[in-house]
Parts: sequence; C-alpha cells; structure tokens
Amino acid sequence: MTKPILKVENLTTQFLTYAGIVQAVRGISFEIYPGEAIGLVGESGCGKSVTGLSIMRLIPDPPGKIVSGSVYLDRKNLLESSEKEMRNVRGNEISMIFQDPMTSLNPVFSIGYQIMETLLLHQEITKKQAKEKAIELLDMVHIKSPEEVINRYPHQLSGGMRQRVMAAIAISCDPKIIIADEPTTSLDVTIQAQILNLLNDLKTKLNSSIVLITHNLAVVAGLCSRVLVMYAGLIMEEGTDMQIYNKPMHPYTWGLMKAVPKINEEEKERLTTIPGLPPDLLSPPKGCPFALRCDYAMQICFQKKPPFFEPQKGHKIACWLMDSRAPRTKRSM
Amino acid sequence: MKKYIINRIFSMILVLVVVSSLTFFLAKAIPGGPFTKEKKVPDVILQRLEEKYHFDDPLWKQYAFYMGNLMKGDLGPSFRYDALTVNDIIRKGFPVSATIGFLAVLLSIILGLPAGIISAYRQNFWQDNTVMFFSLIGISVPSFILATVFMYFFGLKFKILPIAGWGGFRYMILPAITLAAYPTAYIARLTRSSMLDVLSQDYIKTARSKGISEFRVITMHALKNAILPVVTYMGPMIAAIFTGSFIIERLFFIPGLGKYYVTAIYDRDYTVILGTTIFYAFFLVTANFIVDILYAFLDPRITYEEKK
Repeated sequence: MTKPILKVENLTTQFLTYAGIVQAVRGISFEIYPGEAIGLVGESGCGKSVTGLSIMRLIPDPPGKIVSGSVYLDRKNLLESSEKEMRNVRGNEISMIFQDPMTSLNPVFSIGYQIMETLLLHQEITKKQAKEKAIELLDMVHIKSPEEVINRYPHQLSGGMRQRVMAAIAISCDPKIIIADEPTTSLDVTIQAQILNLLNDLKTKLNSSIVLITHNLAVVAGLCSRVLVMYAGLIMEEGTDMQIYNKPMHPYTWGLMKAVPKINEEEKERLTTIPGLPPDLLSPPKGCPFALRCDYAMQICFQKKPPFFEPQKGHKIACWLMDSRAPRTKRSM
Repeated sequence: MKKYIINRIFSMILVLVVVSSLTFFLAKAIPGGPFTKEKKVPDVILQRLEEKYHFDDPLWKQYAFYMGNLMKGDLGPSFRYDALTVNDIIRKGFPVSATIGFLAVLLSIILGLPAGIISAYRQNFWQDNTVMFFSLIGISVPSFILATVFMYFFGLKFKILPIAGWGGFRYMILPAITLAAYPTAYIARLTRSSMLDVLSQDYIKTARSKGISEFRVITMHALKNAILPVVTYMGPMIAAIFTGSFIIERLFFIPGLGKYYVTAIYDRDYTVILGTTIFYAFFLVTANFIVDILYAFLDPRITYEEKK
C-alpha cells in the first residue's frame, strides 16, 4: 500500500458570525493517495468548499478559523506551518481551480502574466523561460494558438477557455494535489464535459492527485476513483466509485442518487428530492445530522452520532443502520 | 486610439469656446462695470476709459475682438491692475497656486491611498476606525476652520511655522496641509470602498491560492483594480487644486491665482474673470482627458479602438 500524499485528520473549521459560531466542518478525516482523484460530494453548505479552503489555509480569518485537526502533506502539518511555508505550498504543491472562471481571473492582467506569475514565484527561471512554459501550458490545456492567447485579457476569452487557463495556472508547477472546487458548475454542459476530460487527461499526464469538489454526482462518476459524501460538515459515506454508485449504504446517499435526473425517465414523473432542509450549523443536532430528514431514522439516530462502519474494505458508512442490532432495511432506489 | 484623441481634442476646443462665450456674456450681464466706483468718476474720464477699452462698441464687436485675441493667446489687459495684463496675472499667480497645489495633491495621494488600503484591509478593526474618524473630519470640517486651528497651534502656540505670507518652503507647509485635508479624506474613503469591493472578488482568492504574498496581492492584484475610481476623482481634483483656492490663499496671504479669481468678480474685471475661468476650464478638460487616456492603460477592458 502506498503512503497517502495528504492526510486530513479531525479537521474542524468554524465561522464566527453575529448569530453565533457556524460549525462548517466538524472533524472530518480522509486521505488522498498519489495520482488518485477523489470526489467530495454534498449539497450547498455541507462544508465541502470550506474543506478545500482549509487544506490551503485560505479560510478568511476572521470570521473563519480552523479550530483543530491536522492536514499532513507528506510529513508536514500544514495547519502548523508558517504563512511563508504555506505560500510555498500554495500554487506549488497544492493548487486550486475555482468555481466561476468568469470572475476567478484578474481582469487587469494578461493571461500570460497570470500564468507566469506562479511560475516565477515558485521556480527559478527567467522571464523568457516562464513565457515559453506558459505557452506550453496553454497548449497542454488544449488552447489553440497559445502564443496569441498569452497576450489577451480574461474578458476576451470565453468561460470554457478561462477555465482552461485556470487549469493551466493550477498545473503550472506540477502540484502534488489539485483541488478543483466546482470547476464545471458555471459552464454549459458541453464545456463541462470538455473540462472534465481535460482534468482526467492532466491527472494521467502529471500524476497529480485531484480533489474534485462538487454537488453533482454525475460529474464525479467519470473522474474519481473514490467518493466522499459530505453532509452538514461531516462525512457520511466514503468508498470507491463502484461502492458508492452500485452499493450505496447511507440513506443520504440514496437520496442523492434518487435526485439525479435520469435521461430515460417518463416526463410526467417529478424529480425526487430529499424532503426538508439541512440542519442549522449554528447548533447542529446531537445525533446524526441527517436523522430529521431520514426515512429510516431510529431513536438512537437522534441521540448519538453514528460511528463509521466498514462492512467492506474502504467502504465506510456513518449510519446506525449498519449496526448489527438495527432492523434490516432494503435500500430504496 | 489616434482617432479618439483627435476627436477629444476637437471637443475640448469646443468646450473651451462655449465656456469662454458664456462667461463673456454672463460677465457683461452683471450690472455695473470695472470703472464703477463709490466716488463718482467724472464723465469725461469715464468716456475716455470706455473708449480706450472699446466698451463703447456694440457687444458683438467686443466679443469678436476678445475671441480674436484669445485665439492668439492674449487674454487682454486687467481693468483693475493698470500695469498688468491677464497673462501677467496668470503667469505670476499660477506658479504659486500650483506649487501649493502640487504639494497638496502629493500629500493627499501619499496619505490617502495607503490609509484607504489599510482601512479596507483591516475593515472594522481599530486601523479602519481611526482612518474613518479622521477622514470624516477631513471631509466635513471646512478648510477655513482647519486653517485657523492649524495657525493657532503651529503658528501661535508652538511657533514652529509661519501663519501667513509667502517666501520659501516653510510658508507652504500649513496651506498645503489645509488644502490637502479634503482630498486626502476623500481619496481614503474612495480607496477604502473600492478596495473592499475588490478584496471580496474571486480573483483575489485565486491570487492567494497561487502562493502570492499578501503584500503583492494587495498592491498588485487588488490595487490595480481598485484605483480606477480614485483616478477618476483625481482629474477634476487636480484641476481645482492647481488653479488655486480663494479661501486658503486669502487666509494665508498667498499671492496665488485663487485670490484674483474671486476679487475679479467684485471688481467687474471682465478680462480677469474670463481669463481665469478659461484657464481653469482648460485645466479641467485637459485633466479629464488625461484621466480617460489613463483608463485604457489601467483597465484593458476599456479601449478606444474602433470595433472592427
């Protein structure tokens, strides 16, 4: 077994607001292995983006604060690193791609400048070499006539092209990990597919690990070999793509699967949704956060947070239904 | 760009012609004249004076005569100061006003810009509160009160700076600070609000995720976006400050242009009214023109090229 490249342990991130402390991420642990892509899935506000930003230590403080936990990149705990060490990690060892390519690039700098900036910062190369590398990178993300694009400004490019530029920036220093936070959400479907293909492509070419943060299970399917389902700041279920897609065990994952629109469904049928709303993270429930919306909730679910059950190697489920004393439930899908 | 510049220069000339024409007729419309004095001037002398300055000509002829001279750059004689032409007055007064103006503008940028940046960066912290407190004072307290306070403390109490007169750098300090108070405060507030807007943008998050130092994120990535409104404000501000402030020049006894500007109106000194107004208008349109050109360099989304 290879050693994980990133090991997140008991990560807890909170936001101090006027209303109180929002417990965005409540002690999650997971590992990322070299060259693999994992999907971090969950609905809005479940803490998936905060997890990504916490790894990068980019949580705006105040109001945000990483309260406890550790994030080990190789043997270095990022949460204990100095700001200077962190700057050396960001963009170099771990890089990020953000949701909205329309606003993620600085409008007043040329594409070339924005790519070269990262290169010049992390690598000891001349401006000329950086420019050549930037052209090469644009070529790698399948941008046509990169020599020309390098002198253009973000407003002159389409959304898909801008996201490719973001990807080029992200891979510029051969990072060990690329965190892609909803990289396709604001793009139209055909461009989405292109960007996902590109990420897949880059993963194999560069042997970087990818953390794909998304609310869309379909997006995860093609790219990720492991999936983490998050809900209300906790990981609910974790497993390989096969385990999650073919044999999901957590009622929340069942709900998510049912909510995916199916192309062959009869028109009359309404899209299934999970009733209710996620819990208020200002005062999250004592037990399982999903209990209130869960069709299978038992008494214990409201009283005690479920531990992880691991019925199969690598497939972890935080649900009391997995306990041997629980009644057998048939998964309804 | 070339076409745009040529167009702009033509429209600037048009603006100046309109400004000078309007000012000409408005000035003439004020009752009384430059030779109306409390002590009645004998009719014969008055007649001779009016003849000398062509006041007896019909208005259109006077206008044509004035505009003709204006084209040659001759702003005419002053009626109040016998020995001086308007060109002399500007030549004498402007360098004085511009010197203080330059210092004030420099001061307002050096202080206002960083104050605004710090204030935005430390929003709602003591740094922000301090800057906002002083900028509120700078914006709301009129300059003559500030001037008096400064004169009292620095001139009379501590006796470190002269309170009035003109003669060397020491004399410029108090007027320049007083003159700079408002624009400094304004620039600080403008920079703050503009920076706050920019700092919440996604591309700032991107910049940080690249590992760029916080200083560089602020001074390069954020400031270049946030500076546009400040540059916009600086165009008219520089024009107004350079051409002299009547209040400040009066209070500190500075022989600048601002003094002439206002006294000329009392004296019905037509040519001086016109000359200073045109000079100010010229400054204003030029400053705005430079600002507009600067835009294209600061923000690549603004371009004056013809769309092909």
